[in-house]
Amino acid sequence: MRKKTVLVLGLAVLAIAAAACAPNATQSALEPKGPYAQKSYDLFVPVFWVAVGIFVIVEGLLLLFAIRYRHRKARTTIPPQIHGNTRLEIAWTILPTLILAGVAVPTIATIWDLASKPTGNVLEVNVLGHQWWWEFDYPDQKIDTANELYIPTGRPVYVTLCAAGFGYGAGPPSEPGPPAPNACQTGPPDSFPPAGIGASVIHSFWVPALAGTQDVVPGMTNHLTLQADEPGTYPGQCKEFCGYAHAEMKFKVVALTPADFEQWVAEQQAGAEAPGQTEAEKGFEVFQSDLPAGGHCTDCHAIDGLETDQGQPILSNGAPNLTHFASRSCFAGCSLANTDENLRRWLENPSAVKYGSFMPDYGLSPEQIDQLIAFLNTLE
Amino acid sequence: MTVPTQRPTGLLSRPRATSGFWAWITTVDHKKIGILYGITAFGFFLIGGTEALLIRLQLARPDQALVNAEQYNELFTMHGITMIFLVVMPLSAAFFNYLLPLMIGARDVVFPRLNAFSYWAFLFAGLFIYSSWFLGGAPNGGWFGYAPNSVVDPTRGMTFYAIGLLIAGIASTVSAINLAVTILNMRAPGMTLFRMPVFVWMGLVVQLLLAFSLPVITIGLVELLFDRLFGTHFFDVAAGGSPVLWQHLFWLFGHPEVYILILPAMGIVSEILPVFARKPLFGYQFVVFSGIAIGFIGFGVWAHHMFAVGLGPVPNTAFAVSTMIIAIPTGVKIFNWLGTMWNGDIRFTTPMLFAVGFIAMFVIGGLSGVTHAVVPSDYQQTDTYYIVAHFHYVLFGGAIFGLFGGMYFWWPKVFGRMLNEGVGKVNFWLMLIGFNMTFGPMHILGLQGMPRRIQTYPASLGLAFWNMVATIGAFIIAVSVLVFLVNAIASFRRPREMEADPWDARTLEWATSSPPPEHNFDEIPVVHSLDDLWHRKYAETEGGRVVPVAAGGSGEEAPAAGPDAEHAQSHGDGHDGAHTGGHHGGHAIHMPSPSYFPIVAALGFPFIGYGLIFAIPPVIVLGFAITLAGFFGWALEPSAE
Repeated sequence: MRKKTVLVLGLAVLAIAAAACAPNATQSALEPKGPYAQKSYDLFVPVFWVAVGIFVIVEGLLLLFAIRYRHRKARTTIPPQIHGNTRLEIAWTILPTLILAGVAVPTIATIWDLASKPTGNVLEVNVLGHQWWWEFDYPDQKIDTANELYIPTGRPVYVTLCAAGFGYGAGPPSEPGPPAPNACQTGPPDSFPPAGIGASVIHSFWVPALAGTQDVVPGMTNHLTLQADEPGTYPGQCKEFCGYAHAEMKFKVVALTPADFEQWVAEQQAGAEAPGQTEAEKGFEVFQSDLPAGGHCTDCHAIDGLETDQGQPILSNGAPNLTHFASRSCFAGCSLANTDENLRRWLENPSAVKYGSFMPDYGLSPEQIDQLIAFLNTLE
Repeated sequence: MTVPTQRPTGLLSRPRATSGFWAWITTVDHKKIGILYGITAFGFFLIGGTEALLIRLQLARPDQALVNAEQYNELFTMHGITMIFLVVMPLSAAFFNYLLPLMIGARDVVFPRLNAFSYWAFLFAGLFIYSSWFLGGAPNGGWFGYAPNSVVDPTRGMTFYAIGLLIAGIASTVSAINLAVTILNMRAPGMTLFRMPVFVWMGLVVQLLLAFSLPVITIGLVELLFDRLFGTHFFDVAAGGSPVLWQHLFWLFGHPEVYILILPAMGIVSEILPVFARKPLFGYQFVVFSGIAIGFIGFGVWAHHMFAVGLGPVPNTAFAVSTMIIAIPTGVKIFNWLGTMWNGDIRFTTPMLFAVGFIAMFVIGGLSGVTHAVVPSDYQQTDTYYIVAHFHYVLFGGAIFGLFGGMYFWWPKVFGRMLNEGVGKVNFWLMLIGFNMTFGPMHILGLQGMPRRIQTYPASLGLAFWNMVATIGAFIIAVSVLVFLVNAIASFRRPREMEADPWDARTLEWATSSPPPEHNFDEIPVVHSLDDLWHRKYAETEGGRVVPVAAGGSGEEAPAAGPDAEHAQSHGDGHDGAHTGGHHGGHAIHMPSPSYFPIVAALGFPFIGYGLIFAIPPVIVLGFAITLAGFFGWALEPSAE
């Protein structure tokens, strides 16, 4: 039997070694990179070790009894019929109660700690969950961007979470209704082409290195505080099942030093500049003209600072604001790196790349796609 | 208490087949219905398992596209619905149906035809939900069906979900009332509540949990159905509805449901351990009361599924505390099981291995459950694979291990043949290894940032290794299930010659033949103590040594004659018009007659469902007509054959 114990221990060590050798997990909750994620982690670790202690005791007793009291061939007697022991049973009722009370106190303290709004030099950001991408709106800085949340290091970021999208229609469920109200919309209301661009459903905002989850619920205005201590890029993604492209509803938090962050803000606040070279100019024409399958890019996408040939501003914002599209490292719910090749795949047929995407296949010709890519690349 | 001496007059006559196809269709025998539940649930287990294998294949490596997002959503939704509503619940119902009357010394359940009706309604609910694969797509909004996503989906899947679960809910509600009344009213003389086996106690708690929690989900499902079909806006914020309403309704059912799934297995383990440790259950009262406590507190913990919803610090605190409290009675049970093994003479048969495996695995699920009660820690864990790991340790390592133990334990009683012990041990070890390989690594995956319900993940997240391990483990589980299947089929090649009490067991079902006669007991037993059968076989000397009572030690020496026995007959038979006086020797015992109408009454439900989904009013009317015809026939058929 000792051999078996050694085997079990050996396997456990092997498992831990394998875990250590596995490629580094980049979205791990076990490596907090800021004070708010640290608070969750600091509760998890002691509770984990208490659990390990109980695990060892209970499984140890189980193994011990299984070995010690196993039937032996020679045995003919029947064990004494013990019906219980009240004192012992009261003891093993009270003991876990005490352990749990010990766990409850710091738990409750941290619940209230995390629920309070941070004070001092706080950056406020509105986060809107769409089907299936994240919109980041900086109300004080007047910046509206998508898929990448830029934050300064060392400063609490107080996030207000809202679900964007339409409610039900009057008819069958597939028929979209009016936009569902939310408290995060600071710009013009979302515009909805007849096909609809995603329902207002529940999402969950999660960037494990910086904070725990908070759900994004239609009709509710939730809050979350996160903070990064070091500059870096921290991946996150939607955690609450929200339909077809749930797995592709990702984002990145990019933490910059305060100085770099101020520079980023200044760049983002500037409007887009009209394209200078011919190919990109043609792309801008495609962007505002009737598309082969009907509809216009401008029906859903805004570009601040540019006007259409008719002198109209491009304001629609049901889909990601493209003003500084070329400055982003990813698109399509951050499921694709922002490369020409990926843009081409995307523009050929969005839902072939991101299943269920509300951006239709507009039947663009390869030439039009090249022109659009050239145009998008100018939106720095 | 009339004894029909001539053929009763009535509009309809009752079926008379005692074997073959029609006997099974028309049966009202709780044992046959139990077997039907078991076979059906096992069939769905194979289907739900296949869905799990497809999920694991898709996730074996990063960036795979074996199935697309829509198919993946259907797979994980159907896997959840199947395993919860069509496998663990009905498999538990199989044990309850078969064993409860035997364990309390009754001849059948209190309402035998309703019992048959419950089974058929459950079967049709399962078939109805599965027919959605061929009628425009299976449910794809998760077994938890969160609105508004479950409402706005354009496929018909979630309508099938709502109606299918409503039909299954009718089946479960009817069965819950039937079994609860059976336990309370049909006990043999002397079988006081505190002489009932723990499995019966857990049965009672589960039936009451069902009876009180199913109405809540019924309201939620009706609202979902109305939102999907009739343009109501219960969950639509734009029209003043609330998505969180669904979550409250769902989890106020959903958490008691977790205990509905695990308590039967706890009851089974509490029966197996004493038999093979050859000791009574340690602290019977503590185990019973902790089961009752779990039943009550189980209604007060639902919002721990919703810590991240944004209910606020007050509800999160309250539900953190209630969740920690429910861990206490759960822990009590584990220590009492350990106490049962302590100082025993433990025979490691296959059922015992599964029971001990249950304890070992359930402890892990329980401990990871406590980490969810630590709310800020749960903010990281919720909706990740850590949760998937947790509830599979509870529902597979717990419920399924317990149910497999139960199958090995009662197989000889039910089928009169033993499952092969050697093959059974291979089954157990393969399942234990496969199970831990599959779900152990999911703890790590969740903490390393793998959310649930994603059909793919990029290689850059560094999750590939453990996902591959989990997939290999899943196929080892599949092999272990095949081993069981082979074992089960092979057992029927052996002759049916089983003694009444092959395990030297303790409870009444082992006092009658294997398999039991249709009327269960030739004479209604009279109960004198907890573990009555054991006390008929063994006595304690003054020195505390346990010795066999007499040569053979069979239950036949039970004091069946005398005044108690007279009481037995009048007590045991006074519950249903179809039951008539029992007499010594068993030759004059009248059992409830078979009936065509339970299946007819249940058959109307899927018609109503299809009519609603495809908006064909005549089909809806036809469905109601079939069900009504079933009920009228039921009422008008003669009380006995």
